Amino acid sequence: MTWAMRRGPVARYLLPVLGAFIAGWMVAPTLTVIPLSFTARPSFVFPPNGWSTRWYANLIHDATWLEALKTSLIVAILAALTATVLGTMAALGMRRRFFGQRLLAIFLLAPMVVPVVIIAIGIYLVFLPWGFAGTLPGFVFAHSVLGLPFVLVTVTAGLRSLDPQLAPAAASLGASPLRAFFAVTLPLIAPSILIGAVFAFMASFDEVVVSIFLVTPTRRTLPVEIYTSVTRDIDPTVAAAATVITIFTSVLLTAGLVAHARRSFANV
Amino acid sequence: MLAVPAALFLAVFFAYPVGKLLALSFRDSGEFSLQNFRWLFENPAYMRVLARTFWVAAAVTAICVLLAYPYAYLMTLAGKYWRVVLLLCVLIPFWTSLMVRNFAWLVILGSNGPLDSITGWLGLGRPAFLGSATGVMIAMAQILLPFMVLPLYATLRGIDTSLLAAAASLGARPSIAFFRVYLPLSIPGVMAGSLLVFVLSLGFYLTPAIIGSPQNSLLSQLMVIQIDRLLAWGHAGALAFILMIITVALITLAALVGSQSTALKHTTDS
Repeated sequence: MTWAMRRGPVARYLLPVLGAFIAGWMVAPTLTVIPLSFTARPSFVFPPNGWSTRWYANLIHDATWLEALKTSLIVAILAALTATVLGTMAALGMRRRFFGQRLLAIFLLAPMVVPVVIIAIGIYLVFLPWGFAGTLPGFVFAHSVLGLPFVLVTVTAGLRSLDPQLAPAAASLGASPLRAFFAVTLPLIAPSILIGAVFAFMASFDEVVVSIFLVTPTRRTLPVEIYTSVTRDIDPTVAAAATVITIFTSVLLTAGLVAHARRSFANV
Repeated sequence: MLAVPAALFLAVFFAYPVGKLLALSFRDSGEFSLQNFRWLFENPAYMRVLARTFWVAAAVTAICVLLAYPYAYLMTLAGKYWRVVLLLCVLIPFWTSLMVRNFAWLVILGSNGPLDSITGWLGLGRPAFLGSATGVMIAMAQILLPFMVLPLYATLRGIDTSLLAAAASLGARPSIAFFRVYLPLSIPGVMAGSLLVFVLSLGFYLTPAIIGSPQNSLLSQLMVIQIDRLLAWGHAGALAFILMIITVALITLAALVGSQSTALKHTTDS
């Protein structure tokens, strides 16, 4: 009871109702897809009027969906690796102040801010003559661009919470800078790197707009497959695929956050 | 030195592609020309697309402010348990794939979909949400609301509520205390969230492409059509150039507002 309005009718009745409405609106999309994937009929009618698991059987037996999933996983893993290595190195390199550091930081974070359509068309424009369109390296390079800023942000945050006296302490005990990095700094910032890698993975695994331009009939990613399926016809296999993605990403993010939280608690 | 590989990587796979696309907007058959901008500004249909993009972005921003403000405010009032629940409800959409959410909105907004039944039941008739600007706004506002709630909550949490008690002790009614004391203090958070949501709205492609219709397409859809169907790089470049200028201007503004409000805080602190 900090102040008067808290006891007023607005705070007591109207706000919670509005809050519940907004909260429901926020989670509604996630909660729609899962039941829909178990619908009995080939339609998007919600709520479904019968239940079955045939769309999951479809998903497993259809080579197109499986191929798309495989491509997405390979691209996302490679893109996350590339973004994590480059982003972590950049975060380490940006620790000390130097001339033009702010400008460089803005440049490295720019892919987060520039509208993704512009990046997508630009990449398509140069990848066509380079022969990268529709190739695995093409997807990996394009997706790494989008994931790199996330790694930079999380690892920079992790480095900031580090005791600056640790490296000199390791050096005074006779450790070479490289040894000090691998024995002291790296284990301590590992959770931040992991979180950054998860974000970079998600940025790639979930990417549609850039990929729409890069896909070929034989090499497609899962989100693009969902996009084309949704815009083309009504097939609840999409809902099954969407449910698989939702569960997969939730598990991944929860695991990442739990690892991060456990690590932060251990440090305290 | 360690930042060099990342900088080079982005130079090749990000700055060069984007720069080349923007540069193409000033070229016509290999020579410098403003033909692409003339194409854009002299065609009323394309000017309507630009205007519609701004209107949708502004409307989405307004919806987000109207919903996020009470929500973030409720978060500051709630006890620890409910605060976590409210925060989770904002974060769950963040965790759900963007493509999955857009697909879900297609189902929810579809004819005979859940929303259709609700409006029918409420006696509001059955408006066609799918393919309409309203449908696009509903879906976009849901997708962008976390970007408004989180900065707003950070600002509201920092407001010293004893100021309101002080206002009350000086005889201000709660509503006066709110509008004269609380609201002005929360403006930096509203500004930060609004700029973010507005900028993100301007560049949205997926939601208008899936929920909307070609009749009410937005800027990024027009860009994609220029490439996908016509391979008109110069036209797409001109559209990209305009979108880029506005984005950079608004982000700079946001940074200035941010630094100003922190500067203000520092001066009042000391």
